[in-house]
Amino acid sequence: MRRWASKVLLYGLLAISAALTLLPLLWMLLASFMPAGSSNTYPPRLHLSEATLVHYTALFTRLNLAHYLLNSALLSSIVTVVALLFNSMAGYAFAKLNFAGRNQIFRTLLAALIIPAQVSMLPLFLLLKHLGFINTYWGIIIPGMASIFGIFLIRQYALSIPNSLLDAARIDGAGEFRIYWSLVLPLCKPILVTLAIFTFMGTWNDFMWPLIVLTDDTLYTLPVALANLLGEHVQDTELMMAGAVLTVLPVMVVFMVLQKYYIAGLLLGGVKE
Amino acid sequence: MMAGRKAAWHINPAYWFLAPALGAIFTFLFLPVAAALLLSFTDFDIYALGNPDFLRFVGIQNYLHLLQDPLFWKALLNTAYFALLGGPLSVAVSLGAALLVNAKLVRCKGFFRAIFFLPVVTTLIAVAVVWRYLYHPRYGLLNYGLSLLGIGPIDWLGDPHWAMPAIILMAIWKNFGFNMIIFIAGLQNIPEHLYEAARIDGANAWQQFRCITLPMLGPTFLFVAIMTMIGYLQLFAEPYVMTQGGPSNSTLSIVLLMYEEGFRWWNMGYAAAVAFVLFAIILAATLLQLKFRRADDA
Repeated sequence: MRRWASKVLLYGLLAISAALTLLPLLWMLLASFMPAGSSNTYPPRLHLSEATLVHYTALFTRLNLAHYLLNSALLSSIVTVVALLFNSMAGYAFAKLNFAGRNQIFRTLLAALIIPAQVSMLPLFLLLKHLGFINTYWGIIIPGMASIFGIFLIRQYALSIPNSLLDAARIDGAGEFRIYWSLVLPLCKPILVTLAIFTFMGTWNDFMWPLIVLTDDTLYTLPVALANLLGEHVQDTELMMAGAVLTVLPVMVVFMVLQKYYIAGLLLGGVKE
Repeated sequence: MMAGRKAAWHINPAYWFLAPALGAIFTFLFLPVAAALLLSFTDFDIYALGNPDFLRFVGIQNYLHLLQDPLFWKALLNTAYFALLGGPLSVAVSLGAALLVNAKLVRCKGFFRAIFFLPVVTTLIAVAVVWRYLYHPRYGLLNYGLSLLGIGPIDWLGDPHWAMPAIILMAIWKNFGFNMIIFIAGLQNIPEHLYEAARIDGANAWQQFRCITLPMLGPTFLFVAIMTMIGYLQLFAEPYVMTQGGPSNSTLSIVLLMYEEGFRWWNMGYAAAVAFVLFAIILAATLLQLKFRRADDA
């Protein structure tokens, strides 16, 4: 009997918290299909009496959203590919290759994890401006090429690769790059997927740096375009919600499909040495 | 001679693997951080941006100016308010959610875990836009829910007393799932026999939580507390989209101030000083928490 009561209590609490967690997202989705002005009623509606796609059509035809969607997808993909290559090379070296100062360099990198990105932003902006990369995608790609967290993640995973395997390949005469490319990378596939998700989502969701670097509105990423849209269309609740749905949806789909890898990576990053 | 040439060719291959990533990190992180320190001792402004000849070294002038700037103190207090109230609340909600999801009686853990985690993966800007409307004093869902409980309408984002709590609430919703995952992992690492022994000794659920769960979660707590603190001290996008720092600067954060000074008014020397104060605070907060932890262990 007591067991039954605590079960009801537990599931009740879970159901309420889950509903509260989903409510903002659910309302966003519903409002995005409502005719203009009809989400601003009292009491607020949580059902659809008539559904319309006008806001989505407006976003894609009049407001160029497809363009920003493509910008974000392209930029996030490029950063992901480059970051995977650079971070996996360095992560593998820290895990499996011997070189002078390995531990010191690695420890310095870990300590630097607490440096807030904003501290580097002002000089980074000046540096990139000097190089002519401001208001180009290079300004986003170049600082995203390598990350300490990415190196750390790969290194933690690559530690588990048996040395005997690498030595056997060396005895067979394989070059170091060949070993990395055709032996280490395939073995690291799960963590590479994880890092790819992190990097893709991080670049997709990033706001402050693209806001600073990109001034030309044809180059805007989706979050910057959305914030800009809010300036002109703050009264058009339903239109803004449709824009929010389109911004959130791609990353949510990526997460749902690859959830397993995402959580695993989060734990590997969260477990202390 | 041949030997020398051969040695030159024998650079440790590890360095080839490290060079791209470490080169990028050095050039685009370490170098700028060092440059930021130098920048904070100059009067770099919009004129210097056009012509570096206008750049002057001003010593600690920016930092002195900072101490007399009421806007800086306001931003500092707001950020502290956000981090010191929002941080612990967020950790508490995460722990609560982790305990619920991890409870032995609960099935479909993966389902609930995924739901609670969903806000974490959303785009901050997009959900900040959504919450702006949820906080609408007349039509917003939140005030409607409160009115059902008999609580009068609150002008969430328009009232200087409520704007920061509103941002805290949204931040908790957005972030709690992240720490929840870490806590679940921590909970699963606690050996079951400890609870069994406690039950045999007649400990109730609260006593088990206080005497086993909490102490055993120690290292997890440290990690979560530091990461949350670092993240919350960098508050920026929420006030940028929801309140622009208002009303009457009640949601102006340190990073928002840095952004406005540096990238809107191009007072980059002054903004660099703001950024370095933030860095110093984060460093101090991290060291303090590590120290507390060590004192606990001893």
